[in-house]
Amino acid sequence: MIRAQQPFQFATASYLTCICNQRATRLAELSKGLGECSEASIFYHTFHSLRRHHFLTEGFSDDFAQWIMAGCNLPELAEQLAALDLREYANLEDLRKDLRSLVADYCQAFPERAQQKAFEPFYFSEAIEVSLPLGLEAQTLEDFGKILETLSNASFHYHFVTSRLRLHLRSNDFSLWFSTGLGLDDLAQRANRIDIYTNTLEAACQQLLHLVSQEIGS
Amino acid sequence: MTETRREPHTIHLEDYIPVVGTPEIQELHALAALLKGRTVQMVNSTSVGGGVAEILSRLVPLLKELGINIRWDVITGGNDFFEITKAFHNALHGAPFDKSPDCFDIFLDYNEQNRVRLQTDSEFTVIHDPQPVALINGRSNRAGHWIWRCHIDLSQPNPKVWNFLEPYVLRYDGALFSSPDFTHQLPIPQYLFYPSIDPLSEKNRELEPEFIRGVLDRFEIDRKRPILTQISRFDRLKDPVGVVEAYKIVKRYFDCQLVLAGGGAADDPEGGKVLDEVREVSAGDPDIFILDLPPWSALEINALQRASTIVIQKSLREGFGLTVTEALWKRKPVVASAVGGIPIQVIHKQTGMLVHSVEGTAYQLRYLLSNPSFASRLGQLGHKHVREQLLITSALRNYMTLFMHSIRQG
Repeated sequence: MIRAQQPFQFATASYLTCICNQRATRLAELSKGLGECSEASIFYHTFHSLRRHHFLTEGFSDDFAQWIMAGCNLPELAEQLAALDLREYANLEDLRKDLRSLVADYCQAFPERAQQKAFEPFYFSEAIEVSLPLGLEAQTLEDFGKILETLSNASFHYHFVTSRLRLHLRSNDFSLWFSTGLGLDDLAQRANRIDIYTNTLEAACQQLLHLVSQEIGS
Repeated sequence: MTETRREPHTIHLEDYIPVVGTPEIQELHALAALLKGRTVQMVNSTSVGGGVAEILSRLVPLLKELGINIRWDVITGGNDFFEITKAFHNALHGAPFDKSPDCFDIFLDYNEQNRVRLQTDSEFTVIHDPQPVALINGRSNRAGHWIWRCHIDLSQPNPKVWNFLEPYVLRYDGALFSSPDFTHQLPIPQYLFYPSIDPLSEKNRELEPEFIRGVLDRFEIDRKRPILTQISRFDRLKDPVGVVEAYKIVKRYFDCQLVLAGGGAADDPEGGKVLDEVREVSAGDPDIFILDLPPWSALEINALQRASTIVIQKSLREGFGLTVTEALWKRKPVVASAVGGIPIQVIHKQTGMLVHSVEGTAYQLRYLLSNPSFASRLGQLGHKHVREQLLITSALRNYMTLFMHSIRQG
């Protein structure tokens, strides 16, 4: 049984949603807003949206794509935005640039559509994070697995999804600990490949649990 | 075939474990540990009746159980005060305002009386709705954190009333709204706080199948044929006549029944008129059940929702629409108008079907009756949606997160 020098410390996060005074009633305004809104707003409408709607694995998981589809009826652009994989982003500015460039390019190509009034406004909002330790820690993979079995969606999302922004890596807290704490690089990579888009958070957590069990059994 | 009526005070946080799971409750305790002993005061204008009192009667004991030193105060006032605040309420929804100018003084006099009577020295003071908004006058030197919880739609207020209230609102540290659509451009932070339902209340808890059967039998509703239901007051804005028209279209294709259940007709002359209109358009159809229920019918409403094949909410205007939340919680496919807070709950084709007309309502009802597995999937996802965001446990988490954020901001 491998013991990590540094235990994995489990934490969780609660979020407060702050509604900004900024809103968009047409695509051109969304494009402008994407350039001006805070990073907390980009986070809310992408990473946090994934958590709020994780159980809807068939729709668009980011709010921008959802509004472009439902509010503006522009499915081709909505699909392009939804195809941006949050796992590829280690900071919000890069994500903002890509979102904005997709929308701005579309507005330039179809100026009439960009000015068409949407069915409903888009309200820019921000996520305010309050993180807190859970007082649970794992020194071995076996301990880790036991705690993972009882982990909340909030905690799983915090370690597996939003951790990318804290680490500024295309990885997550779990994989980082598997690799640097336990020397299990292969497990780290396999964990990092779990698809958070086509799985609910519970299903993603179950997949991770399965990988951990396999590793313990091997 | 009886269901025990349980009192709210017998419910504890641990009772929610079977509903939301142990980790969620553990996290509430972890958050509460950071707030242990902090003082919180909730203030509103009524201790019974109405959605705010209903929510506070559950929230306050649970926050107390979590170790937060919370108290709940209710302001008092004469009939003149409550007539004015009712007119304020309607005006904030955009209705005309024709009260005499001295009503603003009367409003402030009552607020001042309550300010003197109530102790407002908690670390967190949450003032609910406009009635007690001027209690902020009791705040000394920006002490504590003062939050205004607005349960109403403030997007298009009557300027006469809003211009009077706004200076008080702007002295708060933040405002809480039930939907982004209900907000007003304000220079203070505005936070999103969805209303919530209590899964253990009489209106929402699981019921014995024989109790549900008993309720159907009592109202002579056929258990074997599909039941379409709208639960709401007999109010024009809930469009019960439109529901009957939609049902009549569906009836050409399906041998189904319609239940329109609600209250409000006995003590509201307008409600009585609407009820008469509904009876008129329904006359001669034995499969339409119009049930004008008394206010203590929570278990019966629960049973009717659970017995329904599809729940309808064809409102023309709506607040948040907690009857939709209740139906989604019961895993019911919902067909509802895209108004007020309903689109937050009903994500089209995923947690329900959004509609904009009588014809659209009829079409989606037919579609769901023809595709029961799709309807069932909507119900399952709707239940998850409510579980994640619209239960009282989420409200507890939101309030504690707000308090933590306020502390960290200083």
